[in-house]
Amino acid sequence: MLEIFRYSFIVRGLEAGIIISLIAPLIGIFLVLRRYSLIADTLSHVSLAGVAIGLLLKINPVITAIIAAVSSSFLIERLRISKRVFGESALAIFLSGSLALAVVIISLAHGFNVNLFNYLFGSIVTVRQIDVYIIVLLGIIVMLSVIGFYKELVYVTFDEETAKVSGIQTKLVNTLLMIMSSLTVALAIPIVGVLLISALMVVPVVTALQFEVSFKKTIFIAELISIFSVILGIITSYYLNLSPGGTVVLVTLVIFTVILLYKRK
Amino acid sequence: MQSINHSENILELDNISFAYQKELVLKNINLSLHRGDYLGVIGPNGGGKTTLLKIMIGLLKPNEGTVKIFGTDIKNFKEWSKIGYVPQKATNFDVNFPVTVEEVVSMGRYAQRGLLKSLNAHDKQKVRNSLEQVEMVEYKDRQITDLSQGQQQRVFIARSLASEPEVIFLDEPTVGVDIKAQEQFYTLLQKLNKILRLTLVLVSHDIDVVTSEATELACINQELVYHGEPKEFIKKDYLTKLYGKGVKFILHGH
Repeated sequence: MLEIFRYSFIVRGLEAGIIISLIAPLIGIFLVLRRYSLIADTLSHVSLAGVAIGLLLKINPVITAIIAAVSSSFLIERLRISKRVFGESALAIFLSGSLALAVVIISLAHGFNVNLFNYLFGSIVTVRQIDVYIIVLLGIIVMLSVIGFYKELVYVTFDEETAKVSGIQTKLVNTLLMIMSSLTVALAIPIVGVLLISALMVVPVVTALQFEVSFKKTIFIAELISIFSVILGIITSYYLNLSPGGTVVLVTLVIFTVILLYKRK
Repeated sequence: MQSINHSENILELDNISFAYQKELVLKNINLSLHRGDYLGVIGPNGGGKTTLLKIMIGLLKPNEGTVKIFGTDIKNFKEWSKIGYVPQKATNFDVNFPVTVEEVVSMGRYAQRGLLKSLNAHDKQKVRNSLEQVEMVEYKDRQITDLSQGQQQRVFIARSLASEPEVIFLDEPTVGVDIKAQEQFYTLLQKLNKILRLTLVLVSHDIDVVTSEATELACINQELVYHGEPKEFIKKDYLTKLYGKGVKFILHGH
């Protein structure tokens, strides 16, 4: 069993995966409860455009993905606040627009040497040592920010108007949440892939919601499900030679189904 | 008990006008709120009551006119803990929202505690006191979504009390609340006004209750149709002016 830890790429994958599994539900719970789940999907497609730019310019694609996601999150928020475009439509514009951009860049470069498939569905092999450092560093920043702004995030998520009247800087909190979401999505892409990251942010949270407990306990349960799924998913995918991103998400869905059936009884 | 200086202005609206896009909702409203008042704001649906309330607490900016709160222009106002707010949609949140009664009431302390800090023993005591005020202590570990609408509203009152406010603004708090719970709710408001000496602003469509509960009445139908004592309002048949003829008015004995 322990032989897999002799392969450095598995260790790198697990290190990065555990960090991702910690931050994904931590951000996901706020997105789910504010009905912003589509934001994760949108940001992941924007990140794909970032990855494509990175590969084209031969820059680390994790870094270009972060830049693309964070900067477009500001634009999405501004478009949403301006009310010229409905919230959902603003997301749809960015989602399809960035996917189009990614596809055009890829065709410009006549396909890349690196298998783009890895970025779509995630792969442990894609994760390099430098990526692990970036993921750990920024992952810790995301965690600390959520802990530091926990009160404000919870209040704004539950009741934005009253939070504002009570004197909370709701704009600051919203911007912060958008930046944290972009970072989380961009960091998760090498492991889980563009198409599956939103599942990792949403499914453990929705599963934890079935327990109907306090906000703090819900986060705790979502974290447990997420970590368990990522570790089990990565190890299983290694032994059975499966896509790690897909395996991880399927594990979360199995847990969700079991708990839903159990709670329905 | 110290006496209240009823002449002290808590809120002054000076010539407020407001329009959504091109549709004028409020026109030249002048209104002041004094310490100790229990102001009922009534008016027909779409008459602008909720809009006016949101202007009072800075959620909406008027197109014209100024709002002064505790003597300060609302644009420069900083002491938000003096203000409590119980919104209409408070009972309208996600049915799965995972939060306990105690967590909800704790929110009332968040802004004062400030960024990066968690609540201390003093805050927790205030949360408990607020729950006692509304008689919901035994529910503190329950999910907010498990409670009835009437109980939820009491929790939201407790949340607004937690910041130790001087004035509380309530927007249609009894919508969807059954009659018995409504009565308890108005008794609670009387207690806040008479015993805790809190200034209250209550927006409601429930004319008969408001005229019997509030000490001041403001009727809004785009303009301020009436402002004064509820008794005068009943006498002078303003109701017909506001709502048209044929509206029956039943006095509600409390």
